[in-house]
Amino acid sequence: MNVEEREILAFCAVAIVGGGTAGLSLATELRHLGVGDVVVIERETEAGGVPRHCGHYPFGLREYGRLMKGPDYARRNVAEAQEAGVRVLTGTAVTGLHPGGVLDLSGNAGSARLSALRVVLCTGVREASRAQRFLGGDRPPGVVATGTLQDMVYLKGLRPFDRPVILGSELVSLSAIMTCRHLGITPLAMIEEEERLIARPLFRPFPALMGVRLHTGVRDLRIHGRDRVEAVSFFDRYGGAVSLETDGVIVSGRFRPEAALISDSHLERDPGTGGPVVDQFGRCSDPSYFAAGNLLRAAETSGWCWREGVDTARRIVADIARYGVQPATNAPLPIQFSHPALRFVVPQGIAPGGSQGAMVQMQLGLERPFSGRLVARSAGKVLWSGRLSGAPVRRVLAPLAPILHARLSAPVDLALE
Amino acid sequence: MSQKHFDVLVIGGGVVGCAMARHFTLAGASVALLEKAPDVLDGASKGNSAILHTGFDAPPDSLELACIQRGHALYLRDHAGLQLPILRTGALVLAWNAEQMAKLPALIAKGQANGVSDIRMLSRAQILAREPHLSETVVGGFEVPGEVVIDPWTTAHVYLLQAMANGATLLRSAEVLSGDFDGAHWRLRTSADEITGKQVINCAGLYGDIVDTALLGESTFFIRPRKGQFLVFDKAASRLSSSILLPVPTDKTKGIVICPTIFGNLLVGPTAEDQDSRTDASTDRETLESLRMTGKRMLPGLASFEVTAAYAGLRPACAAPGYQVRRVPDMNYVSVGAIRSTGLSAALGLAEQVAEMLGRGDHVPMIDPQMPEVERLSDYHGRDWQEPGYGEIVCHCERVTRREIDRVLAGPMPPRSLQGLKRRTRVCMGRCQGFYCRGTVAQICGDRLDMPQEDAA
Ligand SMILES: Cc1cc2nc3c(=O)[nH]c(=O)nc-3n(C[C@H](O)[C@H](O)[C@H](O)COP(=O)(O)OP(=O)(O)OC[C@H]3O[C@@H](n4cnc5c(N)ncnc54)[C@H](O)[C@@H]3O)c2cc1C
Ligand SMILES: Cc1cc2nc3c(=O)[nH]c(=O)nc-3n(C[C@H](O)[C@H](O)[C@H](O)COP(=O)(O)OP(=O)(O)OC[C@H]3O[C@@H](n4cnc5c(N)ncnc54)[C@H](O)[C@@H]3O)c2cc1C
Repeated sequence: MNVEEREILAFCAVAIVGGGTAGLSLATELRHLGVGDVVVIERETEAGGVPRHCGHYPFGLREYGRLMKGPDYARRNVAEAQEAGVRVLTGTAVTGLHPGGVLDLSGNAGSARLSALRVVLCTGVREASRAQRFLGGDRPPGVVATGTLQDMVYLKGLRPFDRPVILGSELVSLSAIMTCRHLGITPLAMIEEEERLIARPLFRPFPALMGVRLHTGVRDLRIHGRDRVEAVSFFDRYGGAVSLETDGVIVSGRFRPEAALISDSHLERDPGTGGPVVDQFGRCSDPSYFAAGNLLRAAETSGWCWREGVDTARRIVADIARYGVQPATNAPLPIQFSHPALRFVVPQGIAPGGSQGAMVQMQLGLERPFSGRLVARSAGKVLWSGRLSGAPVRRVLAPLAPILHARLSAPVDLALE
Repeated sequence: MSQKHFDVLVIGGGVVGCAMARHFTLAGASVALLEKAPDVLDGASKGNSAILHTGFDAPPDSLELACIQRGHALYLRDHAGLQLPILRTGALVLAWNAEQMAKLPALIAKGQANGVSDIRMLSRAQILAREPHLSETVVGGFEVPGEVVIDPWTTAHVYLLQAMANGATLLRSAEVLSGDFDGAHWRLRTSADEITGKQVINCAGLYGDIVDTALLGESTFFIRPRKGQFLVFDKAASRLSSSILLPVPTDKTKGIVICPTIFGNLLVGPTAEDQDSRTDASTDRETLESLRMTGKRMLPGLASFEVTAAYAGLRPACAAPGYQVRRVPDMNYVSVGAIRSTGLSAALGLAEQVAEMLGRGDHVPMIDPQMPEVERLSDYHGRDWQEPGYGEIVCHCERVTRREIDRVLAGPMPPRSLQGLKRRTRVCMGRCQGFYCRGTVAQICGDRLDMPQEDAA
């Protein structure tokens, strides 16, 4: 659709799509830095994002020096933003992105166009659905993600089942145990297709401590039941057929960015992260757009996303100061790789403009456990090389500065050796 | 229920039964539709490809061909008045090797003999110009412009809602168990009430043979369900093909199709798996993986798109070829059996056909029938969220509003299950599959989804 065809109804300096952890910290920091008109657009009836339904600790330690539960933390983030003079539009969904920072909005009152000097996408992450995990079997109701369960339990006061099983063994799967305990129930089992618990080794004893039986290395997992979940069946690591009578399935983890807006827009999307392609400043392929928070990659902690919001705010202020209304057309040199153990790297490219205020680390996503050396080269020259060890889903970082300081004339090649 | 005696008793609330109820109601008869499940569209009509077929590849001179073509024509005639959408995709039948190429002329000739006059052979270059994302390995093919995409659920719902708006009665959770005919009237015993009527039309789909046996003591056919699994790709993948992509059929099946949906997704499927179970619509990973591979072979771009959903449908197939439509003359009974893989297209034609078989009767057709209120779910036409005053958007992936959900829950045929609500509004059917909205939906519905037995008009 052509932007000129419809009237632009409103203007603002910076529009932030998504009022979760990153969006709110970013907006607050922009105001602290003196940006006049900062608008956060949030599609839910309340801002705060995912922490609103994480009814557990630990949130806020780094940000506010206090140990908080998710809902309190979310409220605090909203309050800080409002105090700083951020306009938070709730119950308003962004339904389209147009070149140059023009957004389609929809709310109960109608549709509108908003034009901003810069737009920041902070739409967060969600867990993979059973379909995305290719889980077989019947399709009864009663199969929910951890986030959905938390919403049902902590925000809606619902009790969807009494003896569920948990699929997945990430950190969030352990939260699922805690959410069940909040209901006074103990999940029957935690089931993982990988060979071992995905959450860090530190947490390996956790399911057993909570009285939850752990099955790892399972095959051919199926859900059974017509009007309700009645059972799950699988083959255990020894090839034995197991069937568990259960009334619900929590499909947990395998986070992926909520990138619907990007898929449907002109912005370039990275199939590796599932989020937008960004440069070292968090700028998207259209430099009127930035991105921050877990939309960039799945998935970091709230503390990380909060910090990322603050850092991105500073980059945006610098960007506006430098380029004004018309942002630079950035032609980043890609950071590329072909090693099968690598799944993604953020940022996906390095734009001219150097290192001032840029990300200091690159974030890597692994396809499978790896231990060895990471080597970054450009035009055959080694820019950096160092030890790297990590596993899928875990945080894996490498310094970005050596790459930013090199005067690049060719793409950066990452190799695992 | 105010009235327990009807002119016509329709057994089964699949798309065929819904079309039947509409036809006889508009023809002036009093109609009751009996559905064993808590909600309609619980059988074969729950999961199909949603193509409105032209019949170009149907068996020549068959009842199936006649009903498909009549159904197609009636849909084109009535859809605007009923506010039912059409996505005019056309279909491309594609050959991927020399052997398949060799089969094309016969297929085209068959289509032309079937009266589909606008089939056009296309060169490889023409095909790739029209669908630039197709794999370069395509060899040739032809175009069938009349194959289009419709809404598989709203279509059937609207047929039934129009019947109800004009006096028909819907009985859900009413399984027909047995019955007898006294020479003038049928008395049917159901799991709910007893009900009487002059004519019985068995549209029980996957259970057609069982219902025939229960009511007539015998069945002339035996249902052998044929499962079809599908993958639904992300809406963004819909830009990869604007046409229905059909393979060259084999003796057994039409093969794996790539098909846009009216909701903006891209479907890959169905498989054809014969089975005994009439209820097992499960999917399995191996098959889903192979569907993804097949899809990628035809449209390599699919590799970078996510899957949104997977589902399976059961075709009411039987060993004998063709539809098993039979009138039992001295018993005021018609059995509409084995409407296997084209029932969505043929439904309106079948209804007309059955009416002809039963004769005109002394009913007076309605002159100006009521139109039902219709939910607009097509991604290619205006949606509810685009008009102000919708409350909130509850399901963000499919942009389903609170106003739509409330309307459906308060409407003449409220859903009885989450599945039913999904089919009526599309909540929880998008990219996140309910991650964001399932809790809100559960809260809105509260105890409203499990409701009493009966909705009289
Ligand atoms: C189930 C689950 C459990 C988690 N548990 C923890 C935990 O215990 N501890 C922890 O540290 N981290 C946890 N996380 C990680 C979580 O993503 C981060 O804590 C943090 O919330 C990320 O912040 P964000 O701003 O990137 O995204 P979010 O907080 O998710 O915020 C995104 C916001 O964008 C809005 N939005 C999306 N699309 C649109 C649109 N089109 N228009 C308008 N608004 C839109 C959403 O409604 C949402 O409010 C969890 C994540 C999930 C999914
Ligand atoms: C994979 C697949 C793909 C398809 N693709 C297409 C397509 O693209 N185009 C097309 O036109 N067609 C397609 N079809 C075919 C189409 O879906 C079917 O032909 C159609 O749904 C059959 O409808 P029906 O009403 O005969 O049966 P059903 O939908 O099975 O309806 C029968 C109903 O009767 C009820 N019932 C059963 N027993 C009793 C009883 N004793 N008492 C009361 N009620 C009873 C059942 O609960 C059910 O609701 C496809 C089918 C499948 C499975």
